[in-house]
Amino acid sequence: MSFNKKKYEIVVIGVSAGGMQILPEILSGIKDNFPLPVIIVNHIAPSSDNYFAMLLQEKCKLKVKEADEKELIENSVIYTSPPNYHLLIESDKTFCLSVDQRINYARPSIDVLFYSASDVYKSRIISVVLTGANSDGAKGARYIKKNGGLVIVQDPATAYIEVMPQSVIDICEVDFILNPNQIAEKLNKLAEINI
Amino acid sequence: MSDSKLEELEIRLLLEAVFEKYGYDFRDYAMASVRRRILSFMEIHKIEKISELIPLVLHNKKTFNLFIKRLSITVTEMFRDPFVYKFIRENVIDILRTYPFIKVWHAGCASGEEVYSLAILLKEEGLLERTQIYATDFNNIALNKAKEGIFDIKNIKKYSVNYRDAGGKDSLSSYYHSKYDSVMMNNELKKNITFANHNLITDTVFGEMHLIFCRNVMIYFNKELQGKVFDLFDKSLIPRGFLCLGSKESLKFSTIEEKYNTLGLKERVYQKLS
Ligand SMILES: C[S@@+](CC[C@H](N)C(=O)[O-])C[C@H]1O[C@@H](n2cnc3c(N)ncnc32)[C@H](O)[C@@H]1O
Repeated sequence: MSFNKKKYEIVVIGVSAGGMQILPEILSGIKDNFPLPVIIVNHIAPSSDNYFAMLLQEKCKLKVKEADEKELIENSVIYTSPPNYHLLIESDKTFCLSVDQRINYARPSIDVLFYSASDVYKSRIISVVLTGANSDGAKGARYIKKNGGLVIVQDPATAYIEVMPQSVIDICEVDFILNPNQIAEKLNKLAEINI
Repeated sequence: MSDSKLEELEIRLLLEAVFEKYGYDFRDYAMASVRRRILSFMEIHKIEKISELIPLVLHNKKTFNLFIKRLSITVTEMFRDPFVYKFIRENVIDILRTYPFIKVWHAGCASGEEVYSLAILLKEEGLLERTQIYATDFNNIALNKAKEGIFDIKNIKKYSVNYRDAGGKDSLSSYYHSKYDSVMMNNELKKNITFANHNLITDTVFGEMHLIFCRNVMIYFNKELQGKVFDLFDKSLIPRGFLCLGSKESLKFSTIEEKYNTLGLKERVYQKLS
């Protein structure tokens, strides 16, 4: 039972080292009528071009694609961030790309997406931070929380590398700390009200 | 008025002020990026409200210069997306070879890494001698750096890998000499390059080009502005001339789309129809 009556509009996910293993696991658990868009920032090698979206598509019922410049964000689509670009969201809910300096040694940076998504979606956003070896995403998650959004982190004990989820817990009052298999379930529940 | 509407208003006033006073027009840039840059500038300079920036940039030239530097994104590298250069080597060079004289324009060249990359490629293909390269940007700091052709040695390892992946025929090190912690590009590469300040929004056509490189510039413009700049490129290209965009930019849905043939989809290389 979910007592959460709030309507969310978007899910943003940040992941780094270990992401290739855990993302298929989580995303395959997302229902095929999942009503929200899901945006993923994954720190991957700069040249891996579209490969990642294709890999995820094999495991997912929802459509997966790499975010395109100025593309309008649609419900029930999983978007991956193009390697070597920061991914931002405009107020008209289209994507905006940038080759600006790395943030937290990363481009795409999770913080960059989280900040810009939070500014557009305010409290109607669900953020998820998964395994990773640096603290990218922690400040962004804190910002989302401050704006009334929801913060979910992977239980560091279950993470391939615990640094990233732990650094969120360190600076932000997170809403849920979950095992990988609980995360998809939670997302399905939180979005139920939109169906 | 909601907080975000108020902020939008403040940004609009600020950009209007910058344009009226200095002629730099950021009004039609992609707002998410511009906003992020403005906020990061404010954080560094400990400014609370966007509107407080207006008197600062209007009355203090030094602050304005720092602000403009912050606002333009000049991050670049040599042989960025090596597969693009490889594609050009394999599919465009032989067509360029048929012309007695070649003109190339790098629009938004930033600090010039891209310009030297293509110059190296042209040299290896024996075309540099008969090519005139125009390298333009509206950011003078970046442009001066491009003119000098001096780059940080710590990036050279990456550039060498890129160069090899781009189909480089020699060794990148034969095109520069190192001094302390930087490298200086050879003068023979610079000979046919003209560096000039050119603003894609306010300045006009200045020549008939065989090849235009404009990579990772369009992503900072909104749709209307993109349309205007595509028109400028269209007017600047000879029939059957080439246009190369950044790997996330495209002619799709643009106003000039039907006048161009997609030569390399992934490489974003387009050829104007005759
Ligand atoms: C990210 S850099 C791209 C550098 C290089 N082409 C590359 O892809 O690596 C973008 C450049 O576009 C320039 N630029 C932005 N707006 C411009 C304008 N209106 N006119 C000319 N140059 C502009 C910026 O100053 C910056 O140097």
